[in-house]
Amino acid sequence: MSLLHISDLRVSYGGIEALKGISLDVEKGEIVTLIGANGAGKSTTLRAISGLVPLKTGTITYDGQVISGQSPQKIVSEGICMVPEGRRVFPNLTVLENLRIGAYLRKDDIQPDIAHVYQLFPRLKERSWQLAGTLSGGEQQMLAVGRALMMRPKLLMMDEPSLGLAPLVIRDIFRIIRTLHEEGITILLVEQNANAALRVADSAYVLETGSLGMHGTGEELLNDPRVKEAYLGKSRGQ
Amino acid sequence: MWNTIFPYLLSGISVGGQYALIAIGYTMVYGILRLINFAHGDVFMVAGIVMVYLAASGLPLYVTIPLVLVITAAIGFLIERVAYKPLRSAPRMSVMISAIGVSYTLQNLVLYITGGLNKQYPTIPWISDSVTIGSATTKLVTVITPVLTIVLVVALVLLINKTKIGMAMRAVSKDFETSQLMGIKINSVISVTFVTGSFLAAVGSVLYFTNYPTVIQTSGAMPGLKAFVAAVFGGIGSIPGAVIGAFIIGIMENIIKGLDVILFKAGVISKPLGLATFSDAFTFALLIIILVVKPTGLFGEKATDKV
Ligand SMILES: Nc1ncnc2c1ncn2[C@@H]1O[C@H](COP(=O)(O)OP(=O)(O)O)[C@@H](O)[C@H]1O
Ligand SMILES: [Mg+2]
Repeated sequence: MSLLHISDLRVSYGGIEALKGISLDVEKGEIVTLIGANGAGKSTTLRAISGLVPLKTGTITYDGQVISGQSPQKIVSEGICMVPEGRRVFPNLTVLENLRIGAYLRKDDIQPDIAHVYQLFPRLKERSWQLAGTLSGGEQQMLAVGRALMMRPKLLMMDEPSLGLAPLVIRDIFRIIRTLHEEGITILLVEQNANAALRVADSAYVLETGSLGMHGTGEELLNDPRVKEAYLGKSRGQ
Repeated sequence: MWNTIFPYLLSGISVGGQYALIAIGYTMVYGILRLINFAHGDVFMVAGIVMVYLAASGLPLYVTIPLVLVITAAIGFLIERVAYKPLRSAPRMSVMISAIGVSYTLQNLVLYITGGLNKQYPTIPWISDSVTIGSATTKLVTVITPVLTIVLVVALVLLINKTKIGMAMRAVSKDFETSQLMGIKINSVISVTFVTGSFLAAVGSVLYFTNYPTVIQTSGAMPGLKAFVAAVFGGIGSIPGAVIGAFIIGIMENIIKGLDVILFKAGVISKPLGLATFSDAFTFALLIIILVVKPTGLFGEKATDKV
């Protein structure tokens, strides 16, 4: 049984249907990527899983339990954490506070987790007392990832973590994604940078204006001529 | 010269402290909801009315005062739940109009209960006692107000900067959605904000009305407006800004009240000019000047629309 199972998910904003009935599975321990053009509905999918937007139809099952219709608080407490699009660190909180707030629902000792995040991202440790708003884009992205790790997620959802970052920083981010994968965290990765995403993914879906198109392993989609044509053209060789 | 100014300065500091306690409610609610809570001055007035009726019931003051604080905090909580929470995703203008509605509802409710009569505010012993400090003879409350204000402000700043709920308040004030992703219940955090603001306004009302014989349904309007100007002057959203703004307005307005006497004794003028009339006008002139010259106030952030 898959860790996350979505069936016939429809979401609309006002009258506009952003997701037109999608079904997908995320297997435990895998990296699953969702690629697609701007406006395809990738973020909406993650926001629906998080409980931030109401579903029109469909069910989302996580670890055998239906989580659709639950509050975002409940869903986070189940171990589904999100690194939102555009990072969204709290600019008026320090780096350390951003990590602490990531563990908002936890009652146990979070020191080991802070140490772990600082070990993954030594730059954050140096900037512990700095306000997050003063960090560079790459550092903010690392903080957003670190913040999500503070809940000890079982399923980590990342919405375009490479957006707007320099190639070297993007490489760091993907290195971290691999590390987290090795630590056993299941990852649902949304990317426009299809090339890099397909390379790390065990399984991949293509989302086209609210409907799922192709599906296969990362490798398969990477070599698929239609995917090459539509999504890999510009980013090839990155 | 100093002896002439001092009594005005002292009462200015005191009134400033009272404005500060109201202004914090405006600035905190704005900080988290980007809402000017027009009903806040009326909550302050209702705290006065609640005190009147509780004192009339014969309960001792050590019961009535805490009760006033608790009831006012509960009223603040209820207002948010009933009038603002259902409009969470509505345009901000709708919430603003709802706030105006709450303001008039409270005034009319009090009008109905009191029959529109001035209600005698109970005399609170000890803080109503006279003291003489230097050239000023005043009620003890004048001296207590700024001290109590500072103590409460320090406590509030510690709450916001050092506690978990304070951290959540700061997070929610920046980003509702991401706060929810952290597992924060934004409605609870917003409620805490309203409860805190109303509680402080209730403390302010006990101090403020001790200086006035009566309370009536419109009693919240002027101090509410002054406190609002203080919050804008300090930079709405900023707590230190609101407090400093409130003290400046309180002091300036009282100095202006005494300006005739001060100038006369200093030999600058030979007959009174009636400058005291301008003490209220000063506050509102200040508002206009800030809005034109520095709309973000002394400590305000750049206006950013929340996503
Ligand atoms: N809050 C919203 N209100 C209205 N329409 C929205 C909202 N968010 C997204 N949309 C629309 O839904 C569609 C999918 O958006 P999104 O999920 O953000 O796409 P992606 O993340 O793939 O770029 C787009 O057409 C977008 O304009
Ligand atoms: Mg998106």
